[in-house]
Amino acid sequence: MQLDAKVPSGPIEKKWDQAKFDLKLVNPANKRKYSVIVVGSGLAGASAAASLAELGYQVKCFCFQDSPRRAHSIAAQGGINAAKNYQNDGDSVQRLFYDTVKGGDFRAREANVYRLAQISVNIIDQCVAQGVPFAREYGGALANRSFGGAQVSRTFYARGQTGQQLLLGAYQALERQIGLGRVTMYPRTEMLDLVLVDGRARGIVTRDLITGEVASHVADAVVLGTGGYGNVFYLSTNAKGSNATAIWRAHKRGALFANPCFTQIHPTCIPVSGDYQSKLTLMSESLRNDGRIWVPLKKGDTRSPSDIPPSDRDYYLERRYPAFGNLVPRDVASRNAKTVCDEGRGVGPTGLGVYLDLSESIGRLGIATIRERYGNLIDMYERITGEDPYKTPMRIYPAIHYTMGGLWVDYNLMSTIPGMYVLGEANFSDHGANRLGASALMQGLADGYFIIPYTIGDYLASTKLEKVDAAHAAFADAERGVKEQTARFLASDGKRTVDSFHKELGRLMWEKCGMGRTATGLKEAVVKIPELRERFWSEVAVPGTGEELNRELEKAGRVADYMELAELTCRDALARNESCGGHFREEYQTPEGEALRDDDNYSYAAAWEWKGTGQEPALHKEPLAFEHVHLAQRSYK
Amino acid sequence: MRTFSLTLHVWRQKNTKDPGGFVAYKVPEVSEHMSFLEMLDVVNEGLIVKGDDPIAFDHDCREGICGTCGFMINGDAHGPHRGTTVCQLHMRHFQDGEELWLEPWRAAAFPVMKDLVVDRGAFDRIIAAGGFISAPTGSAPDGNAILVPKPASDRAMDAAACIGCGACVAMCPNSAAALFTGAKIAHLNLLPQGQPEAAARVVAMVGQMETEGFGHCTSTGQCEAVCPKEIPIEVIARMNWDFIKASADKREAKSRGD
Repeated sequence: MQLDAKVPSGPIEKKWDQAKFDLKLVNPANKRKYSVIVVGSGLAGASAAASLAELGYQVKCFCFQDSPRRAHSIAAQGGINAAKNYQNDGDSVQRLFYDTVKGGDFRAREANVYRLAQISVNIIDQCVAQGVPFAREYGGALANRSFGGAQVSRTFYARGQTGQQLLLGAYQALERQIGLGRVTMYPRTEMLDLVLVDGRARGIVTRDLITGEVASHVADAVVLGTGGYGNVFYLSTNAKGSNATAIWRAHKRGALFANPCFTQIHPTCIPVSGDYQSKLTLMSESLRNDGRIWVPLKKGDTRSPSDIPPSDRDYYLERRYPAFGNLVPRDVASRNAKTVCDEGRGVGPTGLGVYLDLSESIGRLGIATIRERYGNLIDMYERITGEDPYKTPMRIYPAIHYTMGGLWVDYNLMSTIPGMYVLGEANFSDHGANRLGASALMQGLADGYFIIPYTIGDYLASTKLEKVDAAHAAFADAERGVKEQTARFLASDGKRTVDSFHKELGRLMWEKCGMGRTATGLKEAVVKIPELRERFWSEVAVPGTGEELNRELEKAGRVADYMELAELTCRDALARNESCGGHFREEYQTPEGEALRDDDNYSYAAAWEWKGTGQEPALHKEPLAFEHVHLAQRSYK
Repeated sequence: MRTFSLTLHVWRQKNTKDPGGFVAYKVPEVSEHMSFLEMLDVVNEGLIVKGDDPIAFDHDCREGICGTCGFMINGDAHGPHRGTTVCQLHMRHFQDGEELWLEPWRAAAFPVMKDLVVDRGAFDRIIAAGGFISAPTGSAPDGNAILVPKPASDRAMDAAACIGCGACVAMCPNSAAALFTGAKIAHLNLLPQGQPEAAARVVAMVGQMETEGFGHCTSTGQCEAVCPKEIPIEVIARMNWDFIKASADKREAKSRGD
């Protein structure tokens, strides 16, 4: 298979303009004749559904949550980047582009990233117009803060709830279209298969999570904005319901899956406290602006943090990276935390933690300023741990947070299945091997508000689509497959819970495919995962019936998909014999312990083709050229 | 680490039509570091292994922001700890031997779907009626072309912090949705961008709130007391003020024949 990224020709700063001119248009009066399915209602899905409906398309939008307002974009805390240069501190589209390509450790497609930086400015305008209550200066202008991986202040924020406020903006735009009858909303409905007719995406099969009804939905195009797959690790900062089922089942229908091993470990999460742990809670990395990270200088120092004098502390990020200090990118901060804990200098009851200490900033700025900047985060920490960060340093440790990998898409965000588009975290496009902070919100909204509305029209205007209805054999087949899987789960007389398998898979993934990976460990994982998958299918217990609200049945379907996706993730990590961004292969590091890329052999996106359960997937490569940001060893020193 | 035991009395109801009732469960080993929902996870794991139906409850982000979770614990929405959703409530706040009664939100506008799960679709319909600023994609001026005084922006943000969980309705003796609706109206009507639709917004949203079967506000203040985001009851006063003003203006315009 030849992967065509469809990047427009011409200078990089003109590519998107050129594309917008070249993309065919659907006449305004004809748009209502086309129907589009949008799966997912987070920043990408909701902004796409609202914008497409505003243009006049008939839109159906699906989410598994009880309301589109609850998608996990809502939990993003820190902010959203944009190259506005409102601070007059040297920012520009070029600089945001450069920072993002470099931050992604040179494994993203340049043309996409440049477009993202260009569009970033429109997103802020759009969100302000919707009433998103961004932080303001006293003169009424928008405020900014700085974030990891950048030396300018370009991050817009709404206290520690930026994702919530941006999502509510998109949700309200979506609800407006629902009220106008232009979007039909299907909450508590899960996509369980993608349906192709004549090789094109023509609809989906869903299960109503309240009644269990399996139904077919037909459309002229399908848009997936269903988020990432971090929950393959069981413990992550993702919501409990966040899942990979939509993208995985689309993958099994022919969409290539790119760079699955590019998973991001966030450096500032609350450490694990026990076996019952159900998820990990992120503390926004914006805290690194005012918090200093340290561990005791000596191994096994069990004194309480206040009894450790400055001379016995190691502010290891400031020491190793004087230029960026505590604001190094996430992958670098995470790896360094692991290193100091592996040295036996970790803190807290498990020894898997480092201090994030606000005391100096409190002394310098006063408690009121710190409370205004981070009050809700600090309250959350106090609620979970019972400790007061105004008095004692917070304990943090890295956790799985975001997945840069996802379904492969071309410049127009179309997957390798014609008529199926993938937006936001669900695709692989913009962040390379590591995403910078405050860039996920930017990408989700760029894709939904400002890219898909242009690119989907080109497909619809230039494709002759046969009339299809839900009686078509392809829909009947897909429905049968969904019902058979449900029946198989319910017929199992196993004794183990879905969660117990999910936890076992997660532990294996964290050990073998987490912060440090080796060929030996990954080879073991590639053997152990299929064994676990076999046991899962024969030993899992799923109570109840398929015709009711049945959470165990929902989870079982998702874990079945993780069991396959986990194997692909390990195979991808094994095939990439280099370290880059979030993918750290211990065999490939510089003498200083930094990620060592192999640009001659691995400067490509790895796009995998499904060949069947238990079959080796086929690897296709999209070569990546770096013409504008020169390949260099990343340095934050 | 402290561990202790509890007795739960959980509302079990198979579906909307089932009358439902309380079922008691002994929970022998509760760790003080567990969240309330992690404690329920442990109970459910035990039920599944025995072949019983696990307790259904809504939850998703488990960090207090998505607004999915929520039920009554001994008559308090989200439990005894103020300013906290039930997913962020930790077991260190409970004592050995306590008996806890868990019930779903109870309001005519929030039908029970199963056990502790209710349908809050009415909230979405209130937003669809007018809880937005009409700003079609692409039509916005530069972000700094609209200056927003910091105090107005901060007050709008205070109201916009609402997570739509429904605790205000559940706690209100009248099952009123005034705090939820008032919070969204305050968020949008306090901002310059919200002015063109301010009057229409409040009339439409209040109308929808009544259509959905929520009760009237009699200022008992229960909503403010249990709101996990501590939305102040002033948003209701503001909604009433905006509503009266919008209604009077509308009547006047009508009598002028506008």
